[in-house]
Amino acid sequence: MSFIVQMNNISHKFGKTIILQDINLSIKKGEIFGLLGPSGSGKTTIVKMMTGILSPGEGEVFLNNELMPSLKQMKRYGFMAQSDALYQELTARENLDFFGSLYKLSKSKRKHRIQEVMDMVDLTKHLDQPVETYSGGMKRRLSLAAALIHEPEIIILDEPTVGIDPVLRQSIWQELYQLKENGVTIIVTTHVMDEAEKCDRLAMLRDGKVIAVDSPEHLKEGIGASTIEEVFLHYGGAAQ
Amino acid sequence: MNTWTLMKRILKQFRRDKRSMALMVAAPIFVLTLMWLVLDGDSKTLNVALVDVPDPFQETLEESELQLTSMSLAKAEEEIDDGSIDAFLQWKEQKPYLILEGSDPNTAGAIRNELQAAAAPNDPTKEMNVSFWHGSEDMELFDYIGPVLIGFFVFFFVFIVGGVSFLRERTQGTLERLLASPIKRSEVVFGYLGGFGLFTILQSILIAVFSIYVLDVYMTGSLMYVLLITFLLALTALSLGTLLSAFAKNEFQMIQFIPLVIVPQVFFSGLFPIEGLAVWLQAIGRVMPLTYGAEALRGIMLRDEGIAEFQLSMYILIGFVVLFTLLNIFALKRHRRL
Repeated sequence: MSFIVQMNNISHKFGKTIILQDINLSIKKGEIFGLLGPSGSGKTTIVKMMTGILSPGEGEVFLNNELMPSLKQMKRYGFMAQSDALYQELTARENLDFFGSLYKLSKSKRKHRIQEVMDMVDLTKHLDQPVETYSGGMKRRLSLAAALIHEPEIIILDEPTVGIDPVLRQSIWQELYQLKENGVTIIVTTHVMDEAEKCDRLAMLRDGKVIAVDSPEHLKEGIGASTIEEVFLHYGGAAQ
Repeated sequence: MNTWTLMKRILKQFRRDKRSMALMVAAPIFVLTLMWLVLDGDSKTLNVALVDVPDPFQETLEESELQLTSMSLAKAEEEIDDGSIDAFLQWKEQKPYLILEGSDPNTAGAIRNELQAAAAPNDPTKEMNVSFWHGSEDMELFDYIGPVLIGFFVFFFVFIVGGVSFLRERTQGTLERLLASPIKRSEVVFGYLGGFGLFTILQSILIAVFSIYVLDVYMTGSLMYVLLITFLLALTALSLGTLLSAFAKNEFQMIQFIPLVIVPQVFFSGLFPIEGLAVWLQAIGRVMPLTYGAEALRGIMLRDEGIAEFQLSMYILIGFVVLFTLLNIFALKRHRRL
């Protein structure tokens, strides 16, 4: 089995606070991998290390067997951060065009992809509207569209569905499944238990440690629990 | 070219953000005008007494704004003593002697300018002897201020706008988003310098041209040189602003850099005489970009200096830009090692 993302013996501190402790994760090509944990458990830190914008204090991160950070690997993933990271004065089209240009997409390719990703997140009607006039949910969706603009083979999403209504959340997950069909690897962080059930495999995080990794079904079966929440309480309690 | 992509985006943002654009264009002009209205003594009647001035020269002077009265030397000395005249012009041995009251450098400067303007064609004031009745005042103070102010306002406004917008990139998360794409750190910095650089060229031209042609700041040198120096000053301010934004967590902290970084530069840039200060105090001025910008601008505008004379200041300014830019690229390492 080839792993698309590998994190080996990662530990990290901010000052004296320990953020991550001896993390080992391997993510398979083409799966939806979830990072589940309460806020402050280290999800965002892990995700930032995968993208290469944060170097771990100890340990190594590999993307496609290449040590991060690597400019070559940076082309291959799309990253949707927790903040929307959009230019408020610019329209959706200008934002997407800018991000597309960073990945050196040709002009016609950008035009084509902008249409596709805006369709995907259902914002086509608002293409030429400045982002500052968008609602919170619309900004989240545009942020997702920006992460998809260059057809990445890995998508890293940090809390993609926060502040999005259930109908739209459903449709975003539909999109993620569709991308998975096309062979895209998806890494997603969440603190919502029922969202975690939608992942192929799941890493549960608490206080900077991985307390369990497996598919949601196996995790539940293993301890005879009926919900992910019970699983989390089981391992989380045991870790204390 | 990612640098070019970034530049284009910044210019697009500028076009949208009308208020920042207005701030960068209108604010310096507004403040400069106000400053000039306060400092320039134009509205005041300038009373000048004429002592033994030949008739032809007196006729040319009558076209000026000066309030002229002929009187005897004794009377003139008495009147200048109690301040009812601002100066008197005396003819001794075929040569003009100008005696200025001297307690107000603005008035003194204005009178000299008026006399020179009025006598322009066959200028006998060229070898005019100027002295002060209350002789302590430094007459050049007035002329000194103009070039320094041009340099200062360019520096000040570019520093704020450049620093705050780079900071905003940091706080709204787009810098992180940028660095999560295959852009080089140097491309981010050059893109910023390029995008704002294009805009600051316009701004420098505007401030310099407005000061020289509308406010009529004393200027004998080449406009191209003035623009060259103001542009270099703007680039220094821009690279310093973006660099310092790395050490600010929010806009509030960024604004606090102003009294720390900008205000001291004003003290040492030549607005106030520093020759008498201790050597170590003068040395502080030597590490400040505005000192060199103001020095070069004064040279060009007051003494018509060419490249040969102000080149040292110019090279030092270029040095500052290079230094701050490299430090900028280095500071981004905090966000991404590569």
